[in-house]
Amino acid sequence: MKGTVGRLACLLAGNLVKILSLLLAVSLIAFVLVTASPVDPVQQYILGLGTAVSPEQRAQIEAYWGVDQPPVQRYLSWLSSVLHGDLGVSSLYRRPVAEILAERFGNSLALMVSAWVLSGLLGFGVGCAMGLFRDRWPDRLLKKVCYVLSSVPTFWLGLLLLLIFSVWLKWFPTGFSSPIGLTQAEVTLGQRIYHLILPAVTLSFLSFSNIALHTRQKVIDVENSEYALFARARGEGALTRLFRHDLRNVLLPALTLQFSSFAELFGGSVLAENVFSYPGLGSAAAAAGLGGDVPLLLGITLFSALFVCAGNLIANLLYGVVDPRIREVEA
Amino acid sequence: MRALANRRARVLALAILLAAVLAGVYALGLLIPEEAIAGSYLQAGQAPSLSHPFGTDALGRDLLLRTLKGLSTSMTVGIAASLISAGIAVLVGIASAIGSRRVDAGINWGIDLVMGVPHTILVMLISFALGRGLKGLLVGIAATHWCSLARLIRAEVLQLRGQPYVAVSRKLGKSSAWILVHHLLPHLMPQFLVGLILLFPHAILHEASVSFLGFGLPPEQPAIGIILSESMRYLSAGQWWSAVLPGAALVLLVLLVDRLGEQVRRVLDPWSAQE
Repeated sequence: MKGTVGRLACLLAGNLVKILSLLLAVSLIAFVLVTASPVDPVQQYILGLGTAVSPEQRAQIEAYWGVDQPPVQRYLSWLSSVLHGDLGVSSLYRRPVAEILAERFGNSLALMVSAWVLSGLLGFGVGCAMGLFRDRWPDRLLKKVCYVLSSVPTFWLGLLLLLIFSVWLKWFPTGFSSPIGLTQAEVTLGQRIYHLILPAVTLSFLSFSNIALHTRQKVIDVENSEYALFARARGEGALTRLFRHDLRNVLLPALTLQFSSFAELFGGSVLAENVFSYPGLGSAAAAAGLGGDVPLLLGITLFSALFVCAGNLIANLLYGVVDPRIREVEA
Repeated sequence: MRALANRRARVLALAILLAAVLAGVYALGLLIPEEAIAGSYLQAGQAPSLSHPFGTDALGRDLLLRTLKGLSTSMTVGIAASLISAGIAVLVGIASAIGSRRVDAGINWGIDLVMGVPHTILVMLISFALGRGLKGLLVGIAATHWCSLARLIRAEVLQLRGQPYVAVSRKLGKSSAWILVHHLLPHLMPQFLVGLILLFPHAILHEASVSFLGFGLPPEQPAIGIILSESMRYLSAGQWWSAVLPGAALVLLVLLVDRLGEQVRRVLDPWSAQE
């Protein structure tokens, strides 16, 4: 047992060093890109104030942003304040970036987690079904559906769902995370879930076909193996084989794949949130990019990289520690 | 034997047909003059009819013509971005396979870096850095799509290097560059071509998504993403056609390209060609 803990610690340390170096590089690249932009953040900040600014005030703001300093020094001072937990003030929302990130991430997390679970369960189930029915008509039909779905852009799917279920059938609201005109405290959990359903379904289709096709292939591999043949010879039915042999072999790779899809999940949430005007990180990212809100854009970029790294870390740990085959080989 | 030849010929014919259809759509989009799209307010918001198969938008512009023009813009971006991306993938993949361990580790780290930021966010950042428009979009998409193909090519080169004929070549005193040009590159060609074609739909879909968010092409440019983002405003007014039909055309295009890639892979790949 001690070996497992030791290996886990070793794996964790190696991964953490890598994640730190990646995050540092992401911060540098994002900073360089933002600095290279023709959009002047000071000008955007002053525009956002909405009042006339005297030259002295402007000079003060420029000094605060460090416009006259060389870029290297600006990067270092930005980085050190980020490490102290100060991400700056958003010029679009007039609030500290950290506060916006925390608030919006709560909304996005609800959306992403429900889409993630939904696509995982649905994709896994459909994948198992396709594997068991391989090369017969249910498999061929579902495979076609999966291929078509992987070619459908997320935002168009969102538009279609919006059109069908909100405009025509009027089953669901057309957007936002709560009914309009209510304060945060008045919104009930039921209303939140009601507003979450369509965006979550839209987002779940993003990785659904990926996980389904992957699971199908794995199930077919297991079914073609000698022990599955022997099980069949013993007289085990498809469902018995599924629970005794297929699931154990297929579940872990599928879960790993699902954890390493955090990047697509985050990217897709930007689109889904914009279609449904859902106030999460993704719609904030688009607004920040369009409105030239540099501190918020940098904050969201760093945060998204952290999010993806966390998913990859979990995937690596799952593979290295939980899988008995890899565990035996390394021990 | 005869059946094999027939199948091969069939696949080839299908590939050529698909390529011709795609080229036709592309040419049609280029040939449509700007004036044809102008439209008038008298025809604003019409449902699909015989004279306007896709209906008209809120400014009275014919949506079929706009969609075609948008598709050809998308294809231009897609072709350029996937060519650049595939080029990067080949260079990086070969360098990582035949370089030293340190180079390999560095490249792997770089791939992890590009994969570590959601592509939508990275394309948005690059487009922000270069000022919105065609250039930012192209660079952004090209810079984010090479990773998986580079990994494939690295694996392929590693496998090729272990082949006896490469070892014999080396013993005969051929230089690494000679081996690269005469043994490795010809073998990589099919992989490269198929990878290139399969990159293309990804590039188009990303172009449409980023344009939809407002980062890509300017609003006066006909692009599918822009048509769809405009259509959002009129969705509740019942203008379903401006959201459904252009998007469906985009999906159809992507499916056609996917099919084309599949056919080309079948023709080039000796394994499936002999099936």
